[in-house]
Amino acid sequence: MEPINEYTGIVYPLEKVNVDTDQIIPKQFLKRIERQGFGQFLFYNWRFDDDGVARSDFSLNEEQYRSSSILVAGKNFGCGSSREHAPWALLDYGFRVIIAPSFADIFYNNCVKNGILPIALPQETISELFSKAFDGYSLTVHLEDQQIKDHEGLHVSFDIDPYWKEMLLNGWDEVSRTLSLEEKIQHYENLHSGV
Amino acid sequence: MEPKTIIEKIWNKHIVHREKGSPDLLYIDLHLVHEVTSPQAFEGLRMNQRKVRRPELTFATMDHNVPTIARHIINDPVSKVQMEKLEENCKEFGVEIADINHPDQGIVHVIGPELGLTQPGKTIVCGDSHTSTHGAFGALAFGIGTSEVEHVLSTQTLWQSPPKTIEVRVNGQPGAGVTAKDIILAIIAKFGVNAGTGAVLEYTGEAIRNMSMEERMTICNMSIEAGAKAGLISPDEVTFDYLKGKRHVPKGEAFEEAVMEWKSLATDEGAEYDSVLEIHADEIEPQVTWGTNPSMGTSVYGRVPFPEDYEDPGDQKAISQALTYMGLTAGMAIQDIDIQHVFIGSCTNSRISDLRSAANIVRGRKVHSNVRALVVPGSKSVKDLAEAEGLHQVFMEAGFEWREAGCSMCLAMNDDIVPPGERCASTSNRNFEGRQGNGSRTHLVSPAMAAAAALEGKFTDARKMKPTVV
Ligand code: SF4
Repeated sequence: MEPINEYTGIVYPLEKVNVDTDQIIPKQFLKRIERQGFGQFLFYNWRFDDDGVARSDFSLNEEQYRSSSILVAGKNFGCGSSREHAPWALLDYGFRVIIAPSFADIFYNNCVKNGILPIALPQETISELFSKAFDGYSLTVHLEDQQIKDHEGLHVSFDIDPYWKEMLLNGWDEVSRTLSLEEKIQHYENLHSGV
Repeated sequence: MEPKTIIEKIWNKHIVHREKGSPDLLYIDLHLVHEVTSPQAFEGLRMNQRKVRRPELTFATMDHNVPTIARHIINDPVSKVQMEKLEENCKEFGVEIADINHPDQGIVHVIGPELGLTQPGKTIVCGDSHTSTHGAFGALAFGIGTSEVEHVLSTQTLWQSPPKTIEVRVNGQPGAGVTAKDIILAIIAKFGVNAGTGAVLEYTGEAIRNMSMEERMTICNMSIEAGAKAGLISPDEVTFDYLKGKRHVPKGEAFEEAVMEWKSLATDEGAEYDSVLEIHADEIEPQVTWGTNPSMGTSVYGRVPFPEDYEDPGDQKAISQALTYMGLTAGMAIQDIDIQHVFIGSCTNSRISDLRSAANIVRGRKVHSNVRALVVPGSKSVKDLAEAEGLHQVFMEAGFEWREAGCSMCLAMNDDIVPPGERCASTSNRNFEGRQGNGSRTHLVSPAMAAAAALEGKFTDARKMKPTVV
């Protein structure tokens, strides 16, 4: 997993609440057995019409957002299924940071485990970002300091669980970390041999 | 000792390691695996030359994209690869699997309880958000992503931060013909899809105590639709009676001992939750959703709302988007909505009691000529039992299709889909855009309400349909 600390990117505003994982990646694309290559299916039913042609009425298809990598969305982003294909698709498409008023739990975990930084900010800040996100508007995120800035004087801080923060900063493989606690796991198993 | 909730009790018993500034490392007692969310996890093990730590605590089945008709003809080559991959992976890593031809095959959340794998006090995970179903037994059961599936396979543990606890108190008794599905839909409609974020819900109260295990599973199943990590119910005699004699449940004296321990798990008198939500079961009417998330629902006597009924501008926008997607007009009566498809199935409502309840309405009647209706039992054993009772005849004589077990039209990953723009009365748990097929429109209801809709071609109060002669 790729570490993330200071990150600057163009903002894509997705002004929708309760965006669910079926919308992030429709289930007809879940059948691969690899982790890569899901970006082409991101928001598929919004991006493409029935013939697979890009829809002009979906803003992600606009030139100004072509190289965006910070997604800003409405509350309860990522609700629904546990499919990790959703963060895989976002990451593969190019999004490294997702900002919303709130996230669904499983989705949040899935993001962190794939090196995507999810940031929860108050609704007012989100609304401000929505109103600014045109023509290459970009944000700089600093994870170590837990700060977000733009060129127009916006400067806000955000909260993140210290454990997740460290994982993202270091790009840790969680399994190796856990396996370093092998003795503890063994000890638990000895005590609960009935399990 | 300080009184504790069942959630805290199970949590504390499973802590392998705790350190400051980090989530707890929890031991996992049962890991259920299916074909869609596991291939990349097994691949990860292989890449790092790791094994499955406790194959005997791991159990796999195929459900999400299995065909429910002509079992062996898998039209979609990619589905086929996914199923073959699961077989191979289970073989390579020594995991027991109920494959497509196995007598135990079924939706993972239906077969766990049937086989007695699901037990009170266990920590249970699966790469599927409706793992909360198993909470009906007083287990702490939740859905995980594929990275976490890999983590559990190789370490039998998970890093988890202690959740908030919310009591959902369901007071009073529902009226006759109001089902567990109506109650959970009403709970989500009342408190919203965010109500449980970051929390585990415990359902309590008279209505819950009087429910059968299958009804409790329907309730806990949809906890995730209220945003919760998990939902559970303290175990009681109903739980123990259900479990007695199930294959993986201890027998004889060991069973008595297990019951003693299970009893001690129930939430103590006076234990405190972070918050409490309350609803009165006797005020709940049969529910129908009209929108594109499970909280967008109302009584069968209700109307489709106006966006202006809501205060939050974000909600207003969401409502008008939902109405456009659903092809509904604000203010129209729920009973005026025509439907073209009916799906009775899914891990929410595909157990024997669900099929019986639908069959009671269907018996001796005919499916409306505009409607295509499907019954998909939750497992092979539900199907066998239903056939032994003659329910398949009841459904088929009425014009329903009777299928093999699987997830089927709940998420339309196999060939069972609702065409664009068409409407389905569905007993499943999600009415998201495109859930049952691209452009499909889903209305969530109980099995009885789905059966009644199949007969009428539109929504109607199932309680008015008296069973014909049995
Ligand atoms: S029946 Fe539906 S909700 Fe349940 S496990 Fe299958 S796809 Fe998921």
